[in-house]
Amino acid sequence: MRRFAQLFHELDATTRTAEKVQSLVVYFRETPAEDAAAALAVLSGQRQRRGVTTTLLREWAAEAAGIPLWLLEESYAAVGDLAETLALILPDGREDAASAGLAETIASTIKPLAAASVEEKRRIVHDAWQRLRKDERVVWHKLITGGFRVGVARTLVARALAEIAEVDPATMAHRLMGLSAITPEAYRALLDTDAQVHDPTRPYPFFLASPLDDAVARLGDVAGWLAEWKWDGMRAQLIRRGDVRAIWTRGEELASEAFPELIAAAERLPDGHVLDGEVLAYADGELLGFQALSRRAGRRRVPAKQLQEIPCVFVAYDLLEADGVDLREQPLAFRRERIAALGLPVFGGEGGGPASACSHADQEDDRPHLFFSPQVVATSWDDLARARETSRQRGVEGLMLKRLDSPYRVGRPRGDWWKWKVDPLEIDAVLLYGQAGHGRRASLHTDYTLGVWDGDTLVPVAKAYSGLTDAEIAEVDRIIRQTTRERHGPVRVVEPTLVFQIAFDAIAMSSRHKSGVAMRFPRIARWRRDKRPEEAGRLDQLRALLPPLPPSRAL
Amino acid sequence: MPIALPPPHAGSSSRLEMPGTLEMSSAGLYCPAGGFHIDPWRAVPKAVITHAHADHARSGCGHYLCLSSGKRVLRERVGASATIDTLRRRETMRVGEVDLSLVPAGHILGSAQVCITHRGVRWVVTGDYKLEADPTCEPFEPVETDVLVTESTFGLPIYRWGDPQETADAINAWWRASRDAGRTCVLFAYALGKAQRLAAMLDPSIGPIYAHGAVMKMVRAYRDSGVRLPAIDQLAAATRRAGGGRAMVIAPPSAAGSRWLRTFGDTSIAMASGWMTIRGVRRRRGFDRGFVLSDHADFPGLVQAVEASRARRVYVTHGSAASFARFLCEQGVEASVLATRFSGEDGSDEPASDEPSGQQDEARDPQQGEAS
Repeated sequence: MRRFAQLFHELDATTRTAEKVQSLVVYFRETPAEDAAAALAVLSGQRQRRGVTTTLLREWAAEAAGIPLWLLEESYAAVGDLAETLALILPDGREDAASAGLAETIASTIKPLAAASVEEKRRIVHDAWQRLRKDERVVWHKLITGGFRVGVARTLVARALAEIAEVDPATMAHRLMGLSAITPEAYRALLDTDAQVHDPTRPYPFFLASPLDDAVARLGDVAGWLAEWKWDGMRAQLIRRGDVRAIWTRGEELASEAFPELIAAAERLPDGHVLDGEVLAYADGELLGFQALSRRAGRRRVPAKQLQEIPCVFVAYDLLEADGVDLREQPLAFRRERIAALGLPVFGGEGGGPASACSHADQEDDRPHLFFSPQVVATSWDDLARARETSRQRGVEGLMLKRLDSPYRVGRPRGDWWKWKVDPLEIDAVLLYGQAGHGRRASLHTDYTLGVWDGDTLVPVAKAYSGLTDAEIAEVDRIIRQTTRERHGPVRVVEPTLVFQIAFDAIAMSSRHKSGVAMRFPRIARWRRDKRPEEAGRLDQLRALLPPLPPSRAL
Repeated sequence: MPIALPPPHAGSSSRLEMPGTLEMSSAGLYCPAGGFHIDPWRAVPKAVITHAHADHARSGCGHYLCLSSGKRVLRERVGASATIDTLRRRETMRVGEVDLSLVPAGHILGSAQVCITHRGVRWVVTGDYKLEADPTCEPFEPVETDVLVTESTFGLPIYRWGDPQETADAINAWWRASRDAGRTCVLFAYALGKAQRLAAMLDPSIGPIYAHGAVMKMVRAYRDSGVRLPAIDQLAAATRRAGGGRAMVIAPPSAAGSRWLRTFGDTSIAMASGWMTIRGVRRRRGFDRGFVLSDHADFPGLVQAVEASRARRVYVTHGSAASFARFLCEQGVEASVLATRFSGEDGSDEPASDEPSGQQDEARDPQQGEAS
């Protein structure tokens, strides 16, 4: 545990990628497979079941520290991290305590928590506090509360393990992808240079696009590029290999249970096929928007009513494996031809819909669920620029530009895939509430709730976090402290004095927000020091931006 | 004598009603019966100074009074022409209708608690203080009093300092490892007090020690006052690469990101401060290392000092004043917040961030206008 805590703090202490990878390499080299496998599981984001509520932990910690609970809460507000707050206030443990390995610590102090009675939980927790040092406690608290996050991307773990195994990082990334159970044996197999680990449920590492920040004409001849709509859905891979049918999100979550209609539709794919594409909520020829989709995602069981109300489709734009053969090294143009050969209906286009040549309809339902993402045909960049202007009416985020002769890469290397989003919508809004941030921004008020005028009152319309410089954040923090009107726990209600221009990608009706509208990706574009709150935007301006939706679809 | 309670804390407009002995004036704490201010924030005729940090010792006052051991350091701050009188430790002086004495506070060299006895009631204004041992200044001495005005910069239970020797070992280990990697160490610390305390902690056998001009000025003032410090060289432009990656450079935080710093080539940068307790603060500042070392009392230290004072009434200033006052009240101590400018303009009851704009000694950019 001490060694793993050391790794955690090393990763935390540096922002340099090379140093993080080096820390990981050293850790995995010198750690026995038992603990290394446990560490890999933790670093891959595998969560332990939360065995004890944070409410109980707070009470026990305040009691052990001899301080009232409210003082612990004030401390938490200053630290911005509960695991760390608890570690800091607890009295020191036993000096002579030996440190158990990570695997043993999980097995003896974390796994048993879930099934234990409150008294047993209390004993286990107190016992662990006695045996752990301050730096270990931070990590242990994160493990037992299921809040373990460390600033290390999976690609870095893959790079470190690749260095140890002496394989290509992309190969390691694939081996790691969707590894279902990280046992010591599986860990050893990962590092085995010659091993051909083949797990049929496993997806490929995703190739991610970068935002296009340069002039589009710099990309060269438009004929060398494929343009597609940038769908506002959930990136996913759909797998059909033998009996295996699976859908994986970009976050490497297995989402098969959330999308039973897509799993059923995958049955119709030929064996040994892996599609890369977008899950979209779509009914009666209409996109239902991201908000609707997010109600479906992440579910273990989807109620029948929701299946009816928010049906989902999969729009394929790439083919990574066909007939059991990995196609990723083939050029995109070739892979697209292979998708076309599957005969999926073209999404939203002529020739789409149930009447097309090959109907991929499942038994219960004759609507198709698998589609082919259409090419946006253009002979010049100007054509595409004009097409991009229509994005908002279409309910898409802009265009994707992909080099036709490019392979399917791993991660986010720049150059072959670009996202060319529409320019954001903007409105001036007034700061209403400030809340202290977490992590790097602990004890600074960095989370802002902003509002616009509805008649002569300000209604909250967006929460925004980013877009200001560190100096501006410090200044706003100071103003928030000076103009606080009320405090509700960590939230400060302020005098309306500050105006910010906020940018957002889209806006939808919402019954869950007081203002009746919900913004997509609101962020602060700039601080309008030149504007007084009275000059900020109005709710009717926002309503005017709403896409025309039938009222029945309002969510 | 009955002590009038101040009205509920209401920002900068609140007045501390302590008739005759201490009151809050527009220039800071004032003792009408003695006709002097304590750590005034603008020029006044008579100023009693707890210590020479910039937010406690302004230049331009008619007369200064400080602890004798702090005279040389205060001189550096307020100028050669200022009139500075001194008191020896626990020496009592009659000023107007009050008896005044100064007792070491352990914060930095010459730092003092101001003790005022007026009509049989004793008041102690702690200024900034710490209870830990520090070889570069006189140790804190508890004083029994009726009324205590205490700082609470680190008045939350998350702040508990470790053994300073362990911090010293960690700093020296970092220096040794950086030297072996051919990397110059840059250690950020407040130029007065912390920098000298750190210098005294360093193991000079590891490599040469250099200091920024602002630090060096105070190193000389410490040496002139009789404090022993290891050999430290001021870093002149021509010698910046001296030490060939083996050196330790002590500099004020205002040097962060400066061109001056970039001339060192490969560096490992650390900050020594109580704020380094919080991981988020350390990460936000982007330091390679953060050492927890403070010249302020930690939470247990504050509690201990309040208990030792046996005060019937406690006023709390700086940092986590509201939390600490509430905590004291629950422990049966009559306590309330006293808003001062030392604790930030809004009288914030949370620890200010340690951005350069923060007002705490350790937090603020200490050398505005001084660092080259």
